[in-house]
Amino acid sequence: MLSPENIGRTSEPRTIVVEPGQLKLFAKAIQETNPIYFDEAAAKQAGHPNILAPLTFGNCLKLLAPSTRLTYESLGIDFKNLLHGEEAFEYFSPIYAGDCLTLTTEVTDVYDKKAGALQFMVMVTEIHRGDALVQRISGTLVMVNKVKQ
Amino acid sequence: MSRPKDITVKAGEAIPALEFGPITRHTLALYCGGSGDHNPIHVDSDFAKASGYDDVFAHGMLSMAIQGRQLTDWTEQANISSFSVRFSNITQVLDEITACATVKEISTVDDQQRLVLETETLTQTGTKTLVGRAEVVVKNSLEE
Repeated sequence: MLSPENIGRTSEPRTIVVEPGQLKLFAKAIQETNPIYFDEAAAKQAGHPNILAPLTFGNCLKLLAPSTRLTYESLGIDFKNLLHGEEAFEYFSPIYAGDCLTLTTEVTDVYDKKAGALQFMVMVTEIHRGDALVQRISGTLVMVNKVKQ
Repeated sequence: MSRPKDITVKAGEAIPALEFGPITRHTLALYCGGSGDHNPIHVDSDFAKASGYDDVFAHGMLSMAIQGRQLTDWTEQANISSFSVRFSNITQVLDEITACATVKEISTVDDQQRLVLETETLTQTGTKTLVGRAEVVVKNSLEE
């Protein structure tokens, strides 16, 4: 079960370098055809400094740089009952291979529907490059609880 | 004021759809590694069955990535200022999905053109799996 007491909990800042190999495997998985997303030379030819991270890759950075403070276990999240509710990205600056980024995550809301059968947790992650905000991502997780009658 | 060269759509018009799939177990394994989402529910059928599902099912974010590909196939990624979805149904193994989007609003403010798109991802049976929204902001070029 998810407790509203988690609202306001924050992760430690997590630093991650965007690996070109990770971007290439992601591009392969989604069958990307535009080479700016997997080929450094093509990206540079198109005017980019390096391989461009696609629109939803910020979510991967969250998962690739997990918080040791805000673990799923400590939040009461169980993979067996977990579904994804919503995901929302705000873009301020592009992310490229080789970027060194810092992520911070805060639990901003916990609420339930259907008398507790569905519980929702909203977590907002900000991605910074130095002092500059690059992306803000709001993710809503859903826990499907088996409510006893 | 001239229109930006890469936005030639009118309000109410659809942008080109993108088809993807069938989503195989191999697709899900690649996405597990490529995305860093190692939740076993998407790749381990034993775990999925023990969790009360008939089989593994696709990552919602895989479909969102395909919806994102549809958007960036149509306009440069730098033009997209926000993109959000709500996951409304589970995508099953071997589903074939289509990412669709329609321009709902176009407005011009100062030297910028702003478009709001409504997006949806559908399976081969017409089930809506994702419903979303994207905002596109394009600086108007002064050149013809």
